[in-house]
Amino acid sequence: MRYRLNINGATRQVEAPPEMPLLWVLRNELGLLGTKYGCGKGFCGSCTVHVDGAARRSCQLPVGSIGGSSIRTIEHIGSTAIGARLQAAWLKIDVMQCGYCQAGQIMSACALLGQTARPNDDQINSAMAGNICRCACYNRIRSAIRIAAGMEEESGHVA
Amino acid sequence: MSPERPAMLDRRTVLKASLLAGGGLALEALIPLPLSALESPDERSSSAALLSAFVSIAPDGTVTIVSKNPEIGQGVKTSLPMMVADELDCDWSQVRIAQADLDPKRYGEQSAGGSTSTPKNWLPMRRTGAAARAMLVQAAAQQWKVEASEITTAKGRLFHRASGRSLGYGEVASRAAALTPPDLNTVPLKRPEEFTIIGRPVVGIDSARIVKGEPIFGIDTHLPGMLYAVFEVAPAHGGRLVKANTEAAMRSLGVKHVLPIRGNGDADTGLADGVAIVATNWWLAEQARSKLQVEWDLSAAKGHSTTQYHARAKAAIDAGEGADLRVDGDPSAKLASAAKRIAARYDYPFIAHAPMEPQNCTACYRAGQLEIWAPSQTPQRGLEALPKALGIAPEAVTLHLRRAGGGFGRRLMNDYMIQVGAIAMAIPGVPVQLLWSREDDIRRDYYRPGGWHSFEAGIGANGELIAFSDHFVTFGDGKTPARAAAFNVSMPPAGLIQDLRYRQSMIPTVVTTGALRAPGSNALCFASQSFLDEVAHAAGTNLPQLMLGLLGKRREIGARDNGPVFDTGRARDVIEKVMQSSNWSPQPARSGRAKGFAFYFSHRGYFAEVVDASVAGGEVAVHQVWVAGDVGSQIVNPLGAENQVRGAVIDGLAQALTGQAIEFVDGVPQQSNFNDFQLARMPMTPAIDIAWVKSENAPTGLGEPALPPVIPALTNAIFAATGTRIRSLPVRLSA
Repeated sequence: MRYRLNINGATRQVEAPPEMPLLWVLRNELGLLGTKYGCGKGFCGSCTVHVDGAARRSCQLPVGSIGGSSIRTIEHIGSTAIGARLQAAWLKIDVMQCGYCQAGQIMSACALLGQTARPNDDQINSAMAGNICRCACYNRIRSAIRIAAGMEEESGHVA
Repeated sequence: MSPERPAMLDRRTVLKASLLAGGGLALEALIPLPLSALESPDERSSSAALLSAFVSIAPDGTVTIVSKNPEIGQGVKTSLPMMVADELDCDWSQVRIAQADLDPKRYGEQSAGGSTSTPKNWLPMRRTGAAARAMLVQAAAQQWKVEASEITTAKGRLFHRASGRSLGYGEVASRAAALTPPDLNTVPLKRPEEFTIIGRPVVGIDSARIVKGEPIFGIDTHLPGMLYAVFEVAPAHGGRLVKANTEAAMRSLGVKHVLPIRGNGDADTGLADGVAIVATNWWLAEQARSKLQVEWDLSAAKGHSTTQYHARAKAAIDAGEGADLRVDGDPSAKLASAAKRIAARYDYPFIAHAPMEPQNCTACYRAGQLEIWAPSQTPQRGLEALPKALGIAPEAVTLHLRRAGGGFGRRLMNDYMIQVGAIAMAIPGVPVQLLWSREDDIRRDYYRPGGWHSFEAGIGANGELIAFSDHFVTFGDGKTPARAAAFNVSMPPAGLIQDLRYRQSMIPTVVTTGALRAPGSNALCFASQSFLDEVAHAAGTNLPQLMLGLLGKRREIGARDNGPVFDTGRARDVIEKVMQSSNWSPQPARSGRAKGFAFYFSHRGYFAEVVDASVAGGEVAVHQVWVAGDVGSQIVNPLGAENQVRGAVIDGLAQALTGQAIEFVDGVPQQSNFNDFQLARMPMTPAIDIAWVKSENAPTGLGEPALPPVIPALTNAIFAATGTRIRSLPVRLSA
């Protein structure tokens, strides 16, 4: 099947069977390598993208189901105000260790702040519970979200 | 405190200066490592015993430092160049890091593992930076016709205060290239209070690219015309390929090649039997797997089941099988004469590494040359294994290092590299990326092996520990333990009491095992510090007090098996520090919430930790963890160091609390993804308080030593809170 997808503000054409998950369209057909494969079953959140602004696991999204929805990936998240603030906060306290899951973490955090501008810790925990960080940078992910939300100034505080 | 030993560099050290192409100074140091810096005999091969440092200064002042070791998330690509840059006295913003390809002849050791990068590189990196600075100073002295001693440096500039002149490093770099380099052993180093980069929080060198999703990981390697591969292996460990019908898979959409691959009978370090499917898209290759018809010979795995391993271990302990590894004094007599004797059995399961980036590797075989892009912790070993497994000449292989999405010890093994080499050589001229599914990654791990301990302790009339024994059951062929399944005969309380016995027996396994973050220690610490907590309770005291009593006065205890020296004073200091920071006090029994303590010494790091946990309805909640650690005189990069400690602590908590266990039925792993092998997630993450105890010792590594104590600190807290002793991992409590 031939699909016209709206990805990062541009129309991209791909030829793929309808069941092919968006993740593999992004990575192997379109060369958008920022979105990561982690589990293929929706358990880990490494492949999180935005579909019409909502965080979705791209390994669970058949390309045939996307239609005209607007897809945004990590490569383009810096063009949103919240995305840019999150990237800056991530760097300010250097959240990451290996960094592999961080694209998915930022995409989930961005969807959270889009819905809830000043989330409390429970809201952060619950919005981020689907994103595994094997290096366990969770204290700093939490802090970076609070910094991006303007709720935490002190960069040294990452408890 | 013993002063930081100013280790002398080997006199065969070579320091070479040359003119950079386009002008500027290139400095290259090749430094043989002393044997004492190496962890194990197999590291003492020629390339592992050599360190290198490369630094260059361009005419525009840009400082380029080569990062030669694999980056797996431990921060070494940032922290080693920090050492060079600080002594060079340049500004961090002038520094560019260049990732080296694999070239042992040029770079010496290129590996990541064992928390060894920091201790091995601390002096060599600094001395190389200091030598470069000294040459720039000398060049400026020539140019200004003044004494070198009149010149100072700061932030990449040279100053002559008397005449008010200054120069950028780049402006004298070409002149410096013509000078004779100084002796690395006598070049002056900064005092710690003069550091401007070391000890400051420095953001990781790749971080800005990571938050933008730039393609820097192994899995992101992309070559023109590249195809994607999966590699189907036997369902059971030790299985062999009998025959494969590839027709149906070959007809599957997008599939270009289906390649049955006969391994070399060594699935452990060589090439496993399997069937590769190569397609235009990885998902299409993965879909075609269900159409493969393969007959496997699984007979070797029969009986290799978790239940049977448990039964064999119990029988070995009950029968007192095995051999003594260490006997001090007369533990049998001391036990017989003890006022009180206690005994308990402990066990822990196989667990997987499960780095977020599944195993993968990219290769292209063209005109007899094999080019490989690998996220590996030990690319050198891969380079040695490829010719053996595939029959290719070593000089026909080129290896590029890619950032790894987590290591944790999994990428010490290079099985994926050999597999992709075999696939690429079967389809010459076609670049191919092998990617394992998550299920492949969990089912074909080199697991942290399970183990069993039967402890016995004798307590004297005054409540002192007078005898200790452990019968350890591990996996092995009867002569040699399986990889990462060895005991540590220096495990406390060895060396701290007079009468002690460590005994070991082995049961065979077909399951591949390997080092997982803090190998050995991650399991031995749980068992031994939990049992010592039982000893403390039986003796009417608590574990930190018992440990302080055992450690006694400050002294150094030499290790067996060439291990590092154990300094009881450093151990005392971290224990006292964590008692203070956690406000430790004897815990009220069975109050539902309590603190637990544990201490361990591993990978040259001293760590004492306290966990505050509560238990309700069979669920454990960890509220806070206090860590006190001594890794020497200097934390190189506090941002990276605290991340390593927090990650290790949460990793350990997850091993205990998320049900982590890989179980086998006739060699077939029963877990395969993050639904049945759970990792830590954000909601379980406690606050973590880190206190550094700075001692006058050279800095040591942080990838591992913070992990082991957190597990028994947690299980000891569960005991204090509930009266239930956790003697088996993972923690399972009834509601």
